[in-house]
Amino acid sequence: MAITVSGVSGGYGKKTVLSDFSASFEKGQITCVIGPNGCGKSTLLKTVIGSIKPFSGDILVDGKRVSKPCERSKRIAFLAQGKSISDMTVFETVLHGRFPHLSFPRVYCEKDREKAFLCLERLGLSEFCDQPVSTLSGGMRQKVYIAMALCQDTEYILLDEPTTYLDISNAFELFDIIKSLAESGKGIIMVLHDLVTALQFSDSVLVMNGGKNVFFGSPDEVVASGVIKDVFGVGITKHDGAYFYERNTKNG
Amino acid sequence: MRPFASSLPSEKKTGIVFVTAAVFLIFAAAFSLLCGSVRISLSDAAGAIFNGPVGMGERIFLFSRLPRTLAAIIVGAALSVSGAVIQKVLANGLASPGIIGVNSGAGLAVTLCAAFGIYGGAALSLFSFLGALLATLVISFGAWKWGNTRSTVILMMGVALNSVLGALSDSVIEFNPDIAAMSADFKIGDLSAASYGKLIPAFVAVAFCLAVLFLFSNELDVLGMGDETATGLGLNTKLFRAVFLVAAALLAGCAVSIAGLVSFVGLVVPHAVRKICGARAKTQLPLCAMIGAGFVTLCDTLARSLFSPYEIPVGIILAFVGAPLFVVILIKGKGR
Repeated sequence: MAITVSGVSGGYGKKTVLSDFSASFEKGQITCVIGPNGCGKSTLLKTVIGSIKPFSGDILVDGKRVSKPCERSKRIAFLAQGKSISDMTVFETVLHGRFPHLSFPRVYCEKDREKAFLCLERLGLSEFCDQPVSTLSGGMRQKVYIAMALCQDTEYILLDEPTTYLDISNAFELFDIIKSLAESGKGIIMVLHDLVTALQFSDSVLVMNGGKNVFFGSPDEVVASGVIKDVFGVGITKHDGAYFYERNTKNG
Repeated sequence: MRPFASSLPSEKKTGIVFVTAAVFLIFAAAFSLLCGSVRISLSDAAGAIFNGPVGMGERIFLFSRLPRTLAAIIVGAALSVSGAVIQKVLANGLASPGIIGVNSGAGLAVTLCAAFGIYGGAALSLFSFLGALLATLVISFGAWKWGNTRSTVILMMGVALNSVLGALSDSVIEFNPDIAAMSADFKIGDLSAASYGKLIPAFVAVAFCLAVLFLFSNELDVLGMGDETATGLGLNTKLFRAVFLVAAALLAGCAVSIAGLVSFVGLVVPHAVRKICGARAKTQLPLCAMIGAGFVTLCDTLARSLFSPYEIPVGIILAFVGAPLFVVILIKGKGR
């Protein structure tokens, strides 16, 4: 049971960003996607959710091609990196996480509202229900969008830089939630810039460069392979179960 | 059990605002029907409705006040909802039919119609809509091609498009001096020429657009969150952006075909409603329709009553009231 990306090439207009990319993201696992700026991490996520149509290749969800946006959104939730600031209240915004589950004429029922409240409670946002999202701080807004992704209640959750704007305490709180989601069987694919955090919190790591999958494995395998030094020019070591950057690795 | 359904204070407030907006619209309409240079009594109004145009009062009510009031309601509702939709789809609070050139597109079409002798009926509404649609398509294409829908590119293009379309309208008038007199009131925005011939096709189109927009209000909210988030929620963004922009263009086109280039309504009313009741389309659009209709109706009554028996175009009153109101809303509404 996984999202399988096979030989996908894609990008924006005529510009190719993903080039013959293949990888498989399993359910019940946290997979972190790392790579230098512009290597195609966000493009990969956008291609998986259908925001960008691939030039070639196949994307299968649990072995099936899911081409209809409404069907895909029942199975995959996506937290985008660049979002418009919602001018609705926190509750209204999170409630729209139930949007894919409604049939025409899409009227939210009591169960949808209850679900939205529970997601808000889980992220400690219930006291802000009635506040417009635009009046919140960047970190709080990010939590609102994460609550909306949770409210979507999908088997897979794609998160593009979910810790943006979050302070360290909120970031750790988010990682705890993500871990519990993975433990409950959901597949998490998360783009992260911080390598140490990515290694620390993931079950497997995808290293990308130039639109390609250059390494896919467990955090320990990634560190042992030396691929991080090749791609980023910095080394990573592991001491007492924690990962650290190596100093002056570029110049020896 | 937790009170999930109606526990939020904002939802209780919304109910009160809906009732207040409905009462405001009813009073504005009654004020418009009964007040003016000739006062109409309630018995005249009732007589006109039940017995037809038997006396002077009844005739004034049926052939002047009623079409004019209906025109103000249609124009106010259409422009306000059009503004709210455009602001949401383009994620830009300064976008309105008047600013991004949609009204000017409709204006050029109406001027061309006048040059060819079409002054009312379905043809005028149709061409007005096509003019508005063409301007909307130009703006949308430009935003997609050279900028993005979230930037100031749209506003800049709107300013440029307004100038070009205005110049084209002026050129048509220059070659057809006969329509110059109509043009002055048209540019300011005026309801004195409202007739059933103009109102009926516009009413049908506006009612249809409002029904579609109310029906797809959740889709509008989702689209307003940005393309990627909307796609992640399963929305066909290209299809719905097209549906909403065409509906907004049709609303603006119909309003322009009745009243000319009315300013500020499409900008001020959506901002005011968002400030009072938030931005969820399900509540914002009906409230915009009611408050916008009441606002234009009230301003038109003032326009023909302030210097009675002389009238001034409603566009002047709307600009005098709307401009300072807009500044106040912007200053006080930083939070939203």
